Amino acid sequence: MFKLKYDDFLVYDESTGTYSMSAEQQVRDQTEKSHWKNTGLTILKDWRLYIMLIPMILVYLLWKYMPMYELIASFKYGTEISALDRDWVGASNFETIFTNVTYSVQFWRAFRNTFTLAFYGLLFGFPMPIILALFFNEVRSNITRSIIQVCVYLPKFLSTVVVTTLAISLFRGPNGAGTEMGIVSKFITMICGANSDIGMQADVVGNGLIYSTRYFRAIYIVTDLWEHAGYDSIVFFAAIIAVSPTSYEAAQIDGAGKMQQMRYVVLPSILSTVVIMLIMKMGSLLSIGYEKLYLFCSGPTIGNYEVASVVSTLANSWGANQNTAAYGIAGEMMNNIIGMILVIGSNFIARKASDVSLY
Amino acid sequence: MKRKMEISELIFKIVSYVFLIIFAVMCVYPLIYALSAAFSSRGAIDANQVVLWPMIGNSTDGYKFGAMIDAFAYVVIERGNEFWISYSNTLFLCFIGTIWCLVYSILGAYALSKKRLVGRRGFNFFLVFTMWFSAGIVPQFLNYQRTGNIMAAMVGSSYNEIDLKWLIILAMGMNATNLILLRNSFEGVPSEIEEAARIDGATEMQILFKVYIPMSKATIATVALFFGISRWNGYFWAQKVLPQGQSYSWPVQVFIRTFLEEYTDLISPLQDGFVWDESFSTVSAAYAMVVCGVIPILIIYPFIQKYFAKGVNMGGVKE
Repeated sequence: MFKLKYDDFLVYDESTGTYSMSAEQQVRDQTEKSHWKNTGLTILKDWRLYIMLIPMILVYLLWKYMPMYELIASFKYGTEISALDRDWVGASNFETIFTNVTYSVQFWRAFRNTFTLAFYGLLFGFPMPIILALFFNEVRSNITRSIIQVCVYLPKFLSTVVVTTLAISLFRGPNGAGTEMGIVSKFITMICGANSDIGMQADVVGNGLIYSTRYFRAIYIVTDLWEHAGYDSIVFFAAIIAVSPTSYEAAQIDGAGKMQQMRYVVLPSILSTVVIMLIMKMGSLLSIGYEKLYLFCSGPTIGNYEVASVVSTLANSWGANQNTAAYGIAGEMMNNIIGMILVIGSNFIARKASDVSLY
Repeated sequence: MKRKMEISELIFKIVSYVFLIIFAVMCVYPLIYALSAAFSSRGAIDANQVVLWPMIGNSTDGYKFGAMIDAFAYVVIERGNEFWISYSNTLFLCFIGTIWCLVYSILGAYALSKKRLVGRRGFNFFLVFTMWFSAGIVPQFLNYQRTGNIMAAMVGSSYNEIDLKWLIILAMGMNATNLILLRNSFEGVPSEIEEAARIDGATEMQILFKVYIPMSKATIATVALFFGISRWNGYFWAQKVLPQGQSYSWPVQVFIRTFLEEYTDLISPLQDGFVWDESFSTVSAAYAMVVCGVIPILIIYPFIQKYFAKGVNMGGVKE
């Protein structure tokens, strides 16, 4: 007779000739049931924690997630106030901004500018704090280092309005009414010569360098570095001083010079910080300072749109008009989705390549 | 071998000192220049005589020292009390706004720091997703307008008539990074302390206020600082959300920018028929406004400076 013996699920009882559930399975069933019961109990027991979460969730829902509902307007067209009442038009808004004669010129220019500024921002803005931190490590005197640090952190705390006003007035050209050019323009002209290209650009009556198509990007990047590089070096500097002195000593005994110590001792130990900061930088890459560009290029008569118009400022100006608002929403949505793909992609690559990841 | 090593080290040291000093000077020089230019006479600025300290210029022309005070007096005469009102608005936004942001951030971060919280991953994703993807300027603006309308309807008024300060306080200054900073710092508090407090009969709120908050003081100070600074510096959304003509609720940054647009030729040409006082230039008026915008920050900066370096490193980068 075929008998199931010590089976996982069923036990054969010889006296009654029936199968019954094994003890193990009974325990297993019990835990599975009680798992859900326990979860429910934990939620009930922790109701205070959920109450604590409510204000945060409410704020984020109302002002971060609610705007996302407006995104459906990018697939609709019409002048009704509520996006729900407008007619669905499929992807025709996207088609308009990609191919229409008037809109596509503006959109692709803004798109190109966004990527160019973001790329330059990463190229110069990312290594600079690391270099600063390496240099800070060389300063042995605590007082000297603190003084320098106080100076370089300061610009981070100034408002965009102040930074742009300073930049505009320091880089300005002569205004024709007797006022000379700004002190930085003057300095650049002195160094490069008045007949050089940059000297002639600085001497343009009116707004000078900041509204020259050729040098605007450089000025934008320089002001960006001025604002953020010092402050961003804090994290890297903390990672560098965490390297134990014995590692340096060991390297020195092995005959490593300064550069070799950098390469084989410092760099490997700050690599994880570098990767994480790179991912974080990626996250804010395409949402480059629209406030700053808006302040640089707003005003009734001026605007260096050829190089300074980015997707978000373009969306802002399109959004002011009921007829073009849908194009603005569509264009910026595309920009932000690409930005999101960049973050997730870089995070994924970092995890695969080096076991370091942020999310 | 030994000697060669020393030379490379020395060169590196010299390079780093020179570089750091140049960079530090570059960081503070524009501010020093703005301060000096604000206090210089028109003649000195026009002739580019101001380099480091305030200059009187050619005094025989009747140009005088202290253009900032003149310019400032002019601002007050020209715009009435608006300057002081905008200043007090910003102080109000800074104070109440920071407290509001801190309250919901601390409560949320405390709950999120608990490993036993069911659905913790979901809530974290809810938070982090806002760092990856934002709806964009136009949808955000429409949303602010809609919530402003709802708030107006609740008090039986209209968008153009209610004081939108409260919308700015409630809706703006959100920052997921700060919340994560707080969460990480709370996670660093040893769970034994919490258990001990619980055994002694402490409630959830008591644990938060008597154990967690005192133990993460540095991070909380940092986060409060970030919130406060972003309130002080906020321009774009306040300028967009406040209706035209509601200048009584302008923050100071909006006032500064509007003033620069209307009364100086830095950003746009001067209005027709507008003439400045001869004794100071529009540029020194601009610098006077810049100084007004940064002085409060410069005053508190030395006191807060050590907090944020500490706090960022403590709560800083953790996975």
